[in-house]
Amino acid sequence: MANAALDPHAAIATTASGVGSGLLTTEDGKPLARALVRSQRRARKRAFLLVLPLLVFILVTFVVPIGQMLTRSFHNDGFSANMPQVSAWFAETERGTPPDEAAWTALATDLVASADARSIGVVGTRINYDMPGTRSLFTSTGRQVRGGMEPPYQANLLEINEDWGDPRLWSVMREASTPLTANFYLASMDRTRDETGAIQQVEEQQRIYATLFWRTFWLSAVITALTFILGFPIAHLLATLPMRRSNLLMILVLLPFWTSLLVRTTSWMVLLQQQGVVNDILVWLGVIGGSQRLQMIYNQTGTIIAMTHILLPFMILPLYSVMRTINPTYVRAARSLGATSWTAFRRVYFPQTLPGLGAGAMLVFILAVGYYITPALVGGSSGMLISNMIAQHMTGTLNWSMAAALAALLLGAVLVLYWVYDRLVGVDNLKLG
Amino acid sequence: MKTTLILSTALSGLAFGATAQELNVVSWGGAYEVSQVEAYNKPFTAETGITVNMIAADNPATPLRAQVEAGNVTGDVFDIEVSDAIRLCDEGALVEIDPAMLPAAPDGTPAADDFVPGALQDCAVANIVWGTVIAYNTTKFEGEAPTTAADFFDTETYPGQRGLPRNPKRTLYLALIADGAAADEVYDLLATDEGVDRAFAKLDTIKDQTVWWEAGAQPVQLLADGEVTMTTAYNGRVFDAMVAEDQPFEIIWDGQYMDMDMFVIPVDAPNPEAAMEYLKFATDTQRLADQARYIAYGPARMSSASLVGLYQDDETEMAPHMPTSPAALENAVLDDPEFWADHAAELTERFNSWLASS
Repeated sequence: MANAALDPHAAIATTASGVGSGLLTTEDGKPLARALVRSQRRARKRAFLLVLPLLVFILVTFVVPIGQMLTRSFHNDGFSANMPQVSAWFAETERGTPPDEAAWTALATDLVASADARSIGVVGTRINYDMPGTRSLFTSTGRQVRGGMEPPYQANLLEINEDWGDPRLWSVMREASTPLTANFYLASMDRTRDETGAIQQVEEQQRIYATLFWRTFWLSAVITALTFILGFPIAHLLATLPMRRSNLLMILVLLPFWTSLLVRTTSWMVLLQQQGVVNDILVWLGVIGGSQRLQMIYNQTGTIIAMTHILLPFMILPLYSVMRTINPTYVRAARSLGATSWTAFRRVYFPQTLPGLGAGAMLVFILAVGYYITPALVGGSSGMLISNMIAQHMTGTLNWSMAAALAALLLGAVLVLYWVYDRLVGVDNLKLG
Repeated sequence: MKTTLILSTALSGLAFGATAQELNVVSWGGAYEVSQVEAYNKPFTAETGITVNMIAADNPATPLRAQVEAGNVTGDVFDIEVSDAIRLCDEGALVEIDPAMLPAAPDGTPAADDFVPGALQDCAVANIVWGTVIAYNTTKFEGEAPTTAADFFDTETYPGQRGLPRNPKRTLYLALIADGAAADEVYDLLATDEGVDRAFAKLDTIKDQTVWWEAGAQPVQLLADGEVTMTTAYNGRVFDAMVAEDQPFEIIWDGQYMDMDMFVIPVDAPNPEAAMEYLKFATDTQRLADQARYIAYGPARMSSASLVGLYQDDETEMAPHMPTSPAALENAVLDDPEFWADHAAELTERFNSWLASS
């Protein structure tokens, strides 16, 4: 109760009277406990009203859109909504049932209706996700059957294109006949379903996502470690130098931090490319010959160098803010009791920097996992990360369900990481500044 | 005070909505946007009084689809690639366009016969034909200069790094052509596993000497920096660097990949009538020919070809720089939107998997 004077409720307590009556009451005779609750409720309500704008903002601009986006990863009604009759047939029959006349009739009716409603492309696109090469089967058949179709449906459809009889196609259509699907998650893990619906790995030459996920986490860990190795001494220097000089040094840390990401990435391109500044200097010094210029960019090395530089301040700043609060007398005490400088550092100083290190590592790692522009520009083929794939599905192939599934896996992995961190170190040990 | 503020904000919003008619056209930005502003927008505004706002996007098909899905369409006309136009049309996101509504050629040929093959789709009208071409830096090769697509893969005779776009669509065809395939058998080959394997095997030979680019401005920059000695690039950008910036570049027209850009109108466009007027105006014979004054992309109408004159510097003859010139068409691969609508996803995955493996 050292700061009782600052407690707004203290006034009530000190003016409370009626000690003798057994029940504490306020000056005007109300029970103290109830008055206290009321006053606290009002304070809480006021606090809530103050954060309400931010809450609404976050809800409208963050939670709702992300929720909607994530829904796409498991909900895609492109087929089921536009092909209701054949979807109903799938619902009534067992997996593996060969299509009977009822199925062909349902398929033909749906195709005609969907072609007339100009939704056949949506249907074809949905099936093409699971079975590449089939989109045009739907759209070209749709063009031919627009306006109606005569029975016998099976024979006619097979005449338009014999691929309609492919059992794999029927199996994929069955998968798509319900709006809820796990197939995008399967695809995100390089898995697919065969004709019988069993899950298997995709062909080796199609596998990509597992590699990229692994590479993303591995590179992020490497970058986090590098920022720690490079940032720790600087943060220490910043925290121990006299204020005037440390401020000057601080500007050197902050200036790049304030510079646009794109500018810094392109500067690295100017520096590191084969005809770039660094190679030119090396050739001029005679370290390497003119024809042996080093390939330092458009590969993994380029990604690591550029991202380490860009993320360095996110490690230095939390470390610095924690180090500044560490009392130097502890280390001095340890030294006076006979510890070597290494022991004093290892057992006294370093453990005190852990909250800052934890915060810095979390920040750098999570930012690195989602990095996009830098690997896209300097990554080449070996420095590409999973976020580049998400972007490609968002803007290139327009397969938003796939992008959502990949993003959801990334988000899930980061949350798991956060949970592990909480269990091991404790999130309340996190100190950002 | 608060009420006044809300009222005046609301009123200014109303006033904004009631100003003279405006049209939002979403296109690709850069030199291409400038050419559209000069050739289409300025005369259109002068004639109709409708202000045209240009909005740049990395790929206008992305905001188009997002707007249609969200039910909040703000763009009236979009400039997109053929495969996206066909796909979005099949998905019911675009207004159908009857060729009979488009203006005829000056000699009376109806639009349906005047546009180059493939330029008129159910929901789209092409405005330009553009090419992905091989360009090289002339200062980098002493002695003989490269002349064919095969030379692109010959790093012994023509040393140096190569630039290629990071997608299967504009790399696999080049590998096949360099490997001896004819331009008209490219898609038949790509439809088979053997053909795809053959293309990747050819790409393997230069994989470790390739810089992969993504945005259209990158290859020209890489070439100018000397980071690559030869690259594929969009022909308009190379022309711009050669003529406007005096860069020592040369184009090899062998194995050109020909694409079209299309105008489309989304369903629920805010100003459908004005959008249709704009589309008709911009794709008439004169306007398409005018655009060639500002950028080296070919008009999608045959009747425009004879009207193509000089570049805006008033010296350079544009006709030989067009992707539609006879020399450029000799061994050109035409984009096949149906093929890519079916196979883009699968080949992109295989391509990325190939890239990721070392």
